[in-house]
Amino acid sequence: MGFTDADINAIFLTLKLAGTVTCLLLVIGTPIAWWLARTHSWLKGPISAVVALPLVLPPTVLGFYLLIVMGPNGVVGQITQAMGLGTLPFTFSGLVVASVLYSMPFVVQPIQNAMEAIGERPLEVAATLRAGPWDTFFSVVIPLAKPGFVTAAILGFAHTVGEFGVVLMIGGNIPNETRVISVQIYDHVEALDYAQAHWLSGAMVIFSFVVLAGLYLFQHRRRIYLLPKGV
Amino acid sequence: MSSTPITARFKLQFPASRHERFSLDVNLKLPDQGVTAIFGHSGSGKTTLLRCIAGLHKAPGGHLQINGETWQADKKFLPPYKRPIGYVFQESSLFPHLTARENLAFAIKRSTNRISDTDYRQILSLMGIENILNQHPSELSGGERQRVAIARALMIHPRILLLDEPLAALDFARKQDILPYLERVREQSAIPIIYVSHAADEVARLADHLVVMDQGRAVAQGPLKEVLANLDLPIKLGDDSGVVIEGRITERDVDWHLVRAEFSGGSLWVRDTGEALGQVIRIRILARDVSLALQPHDDTSILNRLQGEILEITPDENEAISSVKLRVGNDYLISRVTHRSVHHLELAPGRQIWAQIKSAAVVR
Repeated sequence: MGFTDADINAIFLTLKLAGTVTCLLLVIGTPIAWWLARTHSWLKGPISAVVALPLVLPPTVLGFYLLIVMGPNGVVGQITQAMGLGTLPFTFSGLVVASVLYSMPFVVQPIQNAMEAIGERPLEVAATLRAGPWDTFFSVVIPLAKPGFVTAAILGFAHTVGEFGVVLMIGGNIPNETRVISVQIYDHVEALDYAQAHWLSGAMVIFSFVVLAGLYLFQHRRRIYLLPKGV
Repeated sequence: MSSTPITARFKLQFPASRHERFSLDVNLKLPDQGVTAIFGHSGSGKTTLLRCIAGLHKAPGGHLQINGETWQADKKFLPPYKRPIGYVFQESSLFPHLTARENLAFAIKRSTNRISDTDYRQILSLMGIENILNQHPSELSGGERQRVAIARALMIHPRILLLDEPLAALDFARKQDILPYLERVREQSAIPIIYVSHAADEVARLADHLVVMDQGRAVAQGPLKEVLANLDLPIKLGDDSGVVIEGRITERDVDWHLVRAEFSGGSLWVRDTGEALGQVIRIRILARDVSLALQPHDDTSILNRLQGEILEITPDENEAISSVKLRVGNDYLISRVTHRSVHHLELAPGRQIWAQIKSAAVVR
């Protein structure tokens, strides 16, 4: 026994999806996190809420709306069709878009927390040492917020690997395109193929445990390292 | 030396908290050399003033000119990262993700006129940090961190050095460790230094020029000696009130570990702190250590007696005490005596008097 070819394909598809989504989220989420960490605008509350929505909404709700918006008659769907890209639902790209939105809070919040924890002082110090805003961002903010970025990347990746509802709504079940591990397990169970379901499910449990244990270990070590030695 | 002074004019108002409003309203002309101390109690606006000079705090409508260069005027506001300043913050401000050496390199890399190797090594030895360069800030003591921070500020060849209570977060012993380093900076750099402090002893030791702040206003400014001898200061110094006198060492008494420092009003015997003959030392005389007598007494333990003329007598914040300002030569002394003594000795402006100085501290 072991993984079937279809299982292996699902695993690779899942890793590809999670990897793509994590990279995109780090790029998109960083400026959002920075803005949220620094702004005094009244928009901070509403924007934070929008970013956090996937935490509380059933994935089916998010999937449902995305299906409509990206569908042939939706705003995004019209645009993608006009650009000659067709429609996004039931494609890998559609899955990426949905996953980016769905995993957004898991990436934005750790980065935002880490950036807020830096405080005003290091930025002022950098300014007095002639570092302009961009320079300060790359040479001070990002290094100091590194633990937040590591946490964000791990959580973003792991959460994308673990999603199911959104995938089913927006991606369906197309081999090598949208059939990720969670969907594959669902298929096995539907087909009463419990042995295969066990293999994949067990692998998921181990993967998730290792990732989370590694993350907590990292955060714990980090905290000790950051403690100053007394004034 | 160019004599274009530093002019700073800031007006700022913001609610410090829900209940009290804070406002800053200053118009200063500061010398372009030596140490200018901005002195005041906490909440007097001295740090805000320094932050305005650095550009860290934006005071709309302010005006700031340093050595003929305008940093802020009307619509113009040079952002802090374009101002050639060295700034040392109150608490450790080293980047925690960089070693001491990398912290210095951060500054050097961005400075407009690159520091020479000789200057680099000289600053390291000036601050005594050659041996801790590879450590991270978390591995350094508070005093070491502050020395690295001062070195980092010097590395960019600043046009002006701004120090915001650099010793406030340190305990007494560490303070004593760092003060000599600050004195060396003061002696060896030709740039103006603005030093914010609420500690009268630091000010007496380091400053040449003094600005006294109270409730966002500069209530007194001028050469250190004159401002300290001003009895009308709106902020009360109490036990800290006193004057500073600079004297040249003319005689050394090896047996008794004393040196004689001569100044305009006579000479003072003070503790021998190892300075060479001919050197100028700074002596701080607290008002509470000066007593007054109509006649010189030889039969006391007091070593130093100076004859002077009473200029002014004002009531102290303590209701039993008066402050008496004397002129000795071209210098001043302040004495705190009781109202009863003023009455008993019939002290009055114009009267010749003997000041007995119980203790005089060599502060430099």
